[in-house]
Amino acid sequence: MKADKRHPITKAECPFGFRWPVAASLVTAFLLLTGCDGIQAALTPNSPGAERIAEIAWILFIGAAVIFIAVMALTLYAMIARPGRGGWIGSGALIIGGGLIFPVVTLSALLIYTLDAAGVMTAPAEGNPLRIEVIGHMWWWEVRYLDEDGNVAFVSANEVRVPVGRPVTAAVSTADVIHSFWVPNLAGKIDMIPGRVNDVTFQAEEPGTFRGQCAEYCGAQHAKMAFFVVAEEPERFARWFEHQSGPAREPQTPFITRGRDLFLSSGCGACHTVRGTPAAGRIGPDLTHVGSRVSIAAGILDNHIGTLEAWIANSQRIKPENRMPSFDVFEGEDLRAIAAYLESLK
Amino acid sequence: MKLPNPLPRPADELDRLEAAWQQPTGWRIISAVNNTYIGLFYIGTAVLFLILAGILALLMRTQLAVPENDFLDQGTYNQFFTMHGTMMMFLFAVPVVEAMGVYLLPNMVGARDLPFPRLSAYAYWAYAVGGIVFFCSLFFELAPDGGWFMYPPLTSYMYSPGINADFWLLGIGFIEISAIAGAIEIVVGILRTRAPGMSLDKLPVYGWAMLVFAGMIVFGFPAVIACTMLLELERAFHWPFFIAEQGGDPLLWQHLFWFFGHPEVYIIFLPGAAMVSMIVPAMAQVPLAGYRWIVLALVATGFLSFGLWVHHMFTTGLPQLSLSFFSAASMAVAVPSGIQVFAWIATLGRGRPKLHTPMLFILGFLFIFVLGGLTGVMVAIVPFDWQVHDTYFVVAHFHYVLIGGMVFPLFAAFYYWAPTASDTQLSERLGRWVFGLMFVGFNLAFFPMHITGLLGMPRRVYTYPAEMGWDTLNMLSTAGAYVLGAGILLFLIDLMLNFRPTGAGGSGNPWKAGTLEWLPSGLYQTRSIPIITSREPIWEQPNLAEDVESGRYFLPGTATGQRETIITSAVDARPQYLLMMPGPSWTAMLAAVGTAAFFMLLTVKLPIPAVICGVFAVAMVVAWLWSTDPGPAFPPQDVGGGITLPVYVTGSTSHSWWAMVVLLLVDGSIFASLIFAYFFLWTVNPGTWPPEGVELSSLLWPAAAAALFAASSAAIAYASRALAAAERRGQWPMRIALTLGVPLMIAALAIALYDQWQAGLRPSEHAYGAAIYVLLGYQGFHVAVLLLMAGYTLARSVCGLLDPVRRATFDNTMLLWHYMVGQGLVALAVIHLFPRLVE
Repeated sequence: MKADKRHPITKAECPFGFRWPVAASLVTAFLLLTGCDGIQAALTPNSPGAERIAEIAWILFIGAAVIFIAVMALTLYAMIARPGRGGWIGSGALIIGGGLIFPVVTLSALLIYTLDAAGVMTAPAEGNPLRIEVIGHMWWWEVRYLDEDGNVAFVSANEVRVPVGRPVTAAVSTADVIHSFWVPNLAGKIDMIPGRVNDVTFQAEEPGTFRGQCAEYCGAQHAKMAFFVVAEEPERFARWFEHQSGPAREPQTPFITRGRDLFLSSGCGACHTVRGTPAAGRIGPDLTHVGSRVSIAAGILDNHIGTLEAWIANSQRIKPENRMPSFDVFEGEDLRAIAAYLESLK
Repeated sequence: MKLPNPLPRPADELDRLEAAWQQPTGWRIISAVNNTYIGLFYIGTAVLFLILAGILALLMRTQLAVPENDFLDQGTYNQFFTMHGTMMMFLFAVPVVEAMGVYLLPNMVGARDLPFPRLSAYAYWAYAVGGIVFFCSLFFELAPDGGWFMYPPLTSYMYSPGINADFWLLGIGFIEISAIAGAIEIVVGILRTRAPGMSLDKLPVYGWAMLVFAGMIVFGFPAVIACTMLLELERAFHWPFFIAEQGGDPLLWQHLFWFFGHPEVYIIFLPGAAMVSMIVPAMAQVPLAGYRWIVLALVATGFLSFGLWVHHMFTTGLPQLSLSFFSAASMAVAVPSGIQVFAWIATLGRGRPKLHTPMLFILGFLFIFVLGGLTGVMVAIVPFDWQVHDTYFVVAHFHYVLIGGMVFPLFAAFYYWAPTASDTQLSERLGRWVFGLMFVGFNLAFFPMHITGLLGMPRRVYTYPAEMGWDTLNMLSTAGAYVLGAGILLFLIDLMLNFRPTGAGGSGNPWKAGTLEWLPSGLYQTRSIPIITSREPIWEQPNLAEDVESGRYFLPGTATGQRETIITSAVDARPQYLLMMPGPSWTAMLAAVGTAAFFMLLTVKLPIPAVICGVFAVAMVVAWLWSTDPGPAFPPQDVGGGITLPVYVTGSTSHSWWAMVVLLLVDGSIFASLIFAYFFLWTVNPGTWPPEGVELSSLLWPAAAAALFAASSAAIAYASRALAAAERRGQWPMRIALTLGVPLMIAALAIALYDQWQAGLRPSEHAYGAAIYVLLGYQGFHVAVLLLMAGYTLARSVCGLLDPVRRATFDNTMLLWHYMVGQGLVALAVIHLFPRLVE
């Protein structure tokens, strides 16, 4: 099965604010100027929770703009008003009205309006959610998919695949330092803290590819700790789930067989697992179906034979200080064979 | 009104006053201790750190100007952003507002100096030396790289094995001590050295703000001192406070850090706001509208700011209910700021403000700060924060609040108050350009970051991919940062061209302002100390400047031939006594250098030189203290108006007693933070407190320790009474009782420690043990300090420097002693009774 390559939401699809067309279009215009991709943006929501937050955001932006303009206008008037005329501008009533009564009323209303939103978003998912576990590592993501009984069906990395229209509950934790799991198009962020497991629930509404990124500073390569979420139709997801649960595909050509043998003989299995082979390391990402993923190196490179080669030979230049050494010992053909093997692990 | 002193004044009176306040010349100027000099050094050093940290910011902006840039590598960038934040917070923002206070407050409240000049000098030099060494760690790639918030476990020994993090923990921990020293000085200065008649309701708003500021340092900084202490113990000795597998919790750090970190924002903002409250009336030439409301707002902000720390932790998965509480509190804190904004607008509306440079900065402040306040309300809303937390939206928000709320008022203040220090004013023409560049540059740099954040760009990333749509916005931000930098550069040029500080009173009152710092003054501040009957004395009290300058008010010269100021009562400012103050001195400076060297050598793991420097620092402190507590060396002095003031008092009237009490509040807050740590760790270890394999010992040992602590307190109480009766019975009863107290407290501590040790409890195995040993260790620190103080007090007695009247030294030792015993009893009760309660 050939996985979709990245297909970010196109500009035409940018689903900016459904309820605030005017302001939304203004900001959209600005964002278009800057080249909006919208695959990692809080204001292009693709789940009910993120939509609710975007709605709150627009209310906040518009309210703030109105208040800001009013306060600036008052200041301007105070600067030019002649003392004595229009005495209200210097009155105690202005201080009490503007500084006390207005904010108390406005903020109380705002609090009531937003109070339930957070609760709704953290409530346990209704129905039959897909359960996954995401574990942060310096600097990549381990993703475990649970079956109906709550057992781990298979382990993947740096990519979360979800069915459209079904809630997903991610239990997030960490193997080392604090990270934060964040896919802005789908949900707010939730920290991954040693000793704790936090839950976040979301539900993709439209198929698409979204980017997530670590949002808590976690050391040298915090900047290069990203991943992709691929939302697809349930049938397609089910086929994918079934396939991923199985072992790695056997090499189909001598060249790829050579790649596999080199992979195993060079010690790659000390850190990586490829189910169905002796490679069973747990330090780095599970590579059983690495060829089916959108990206490699935690959302840093597109996934094809060229980038795989580059990564194996130059991982320390591409992502300095990451835990994988640069394997610059391979001859060109050997390197290509290993990369071809990994690419074949669809 | 009849003024206290008649004219003409004796011919040599002014000469004697000037002689007493004579400053050292040439390079010896660094031994100066009076607030005018220390204040200017302090402000200058803080501005130096602003420039250095600003250069780091420009380098970071250069790196981020284009995607996938390789101008800075990840290691350098991570050190830069850590140092930028740390320096801006700890080496620029807090010190500069404290420095402005040191410089302005005595002038503003009509005192000749702050009450503890050498303490100011100590605080300044400790900060300057420590800060510069800390900065230089960058040149050796030893600068901390865990972020200014230093979250463990990233910053603990497993993931940051180098000494970079230790530079942060020891360096910053030490600079916090300097901030606290300054805060104690400011509290006592504001409450006890105000001019006669300046009751609290006539205290300028700036004085109120600095009082709240200092109070917030007293209660806020101890939390960060406590957590840096815990993390350093974890790094150095593997006491697992923050290691989940051993019963610790990384969130303990976050609670303690933000319990300090959030008030920190208001610690910086309140003085800035108060500068605005001083400048706006001068620009509008009318009194401040809503004085009482503003004071109320300042105090309310101080209180509320301690109830919002969790809004930095909305994404950590805390229960919904507590998030809602902190969300509401975070919104509530917007109200006091709103009151202030509308009071300023009302003041402007009452007058006819002139667009001088300070006024431009005030308008810029209003523009930027109101925007920052509005985004502040946004991030107080939990779900919205889940999206923008740790993105560039937040970077934009807090730069709007901090640069808007503090840097713009500070630059207004520089232009406004420069005439009090310099013989020439800063240039109005350059000032407008400085403002224009800073305002445009700031908004260009930081406004786009709101959008960058909403488009998903996280903070603290050294690079970003090209296809994210962040390029243009980042390029704009970088351009803006350079424009802002150009504005600050132009300000420095203005300073070089026009700032001529001579310490001789500056260049008059160009803004025709109404408060006391604009009276004619010299190094001794004003010639005589006025009676205050209004909030804007220069406006309300006719002929005040001439009468003060001609010496018709209190203390028109020096009564004892030394430096003096009048100590007044805390609320209604009635004159109480005359405080004799020290002149130039090397001891405070050398003690500060020694302390800084001690911490820095410890950081680079050179224990022996560190100890030598530490001993040297203690020796210098002792030498400095030895000349304090002078006793009634002079008979009561006439200050004019028929008022005769004693030159020495003890007990609760004494300024030294007040300072000691404030210090104990700091101390108690650190202890409370450690107690909080104990209870917090209990909550993360439900049902296993103590952990399996650890038995609670019998109550016999702790009961014995408690009894011994109490007995040592009784011995000191007896010594106090014996000292009062020393005229009749000699000094020996006091000396014996004081000496007896020492073994009692040492035995108490030893028993408490032995009890835990023999029960097999070790601090490095589980957070339970670590929490207990840190409480006992803190108690041990007090026992060690009191051992020194008891020896010092005995030495004073043997040298004949202690008697029933001259006993401030004894009183301070006694206060700390009783406090230590109380702390020890609480610690024992928590350690031994609490686990039994929850079993």
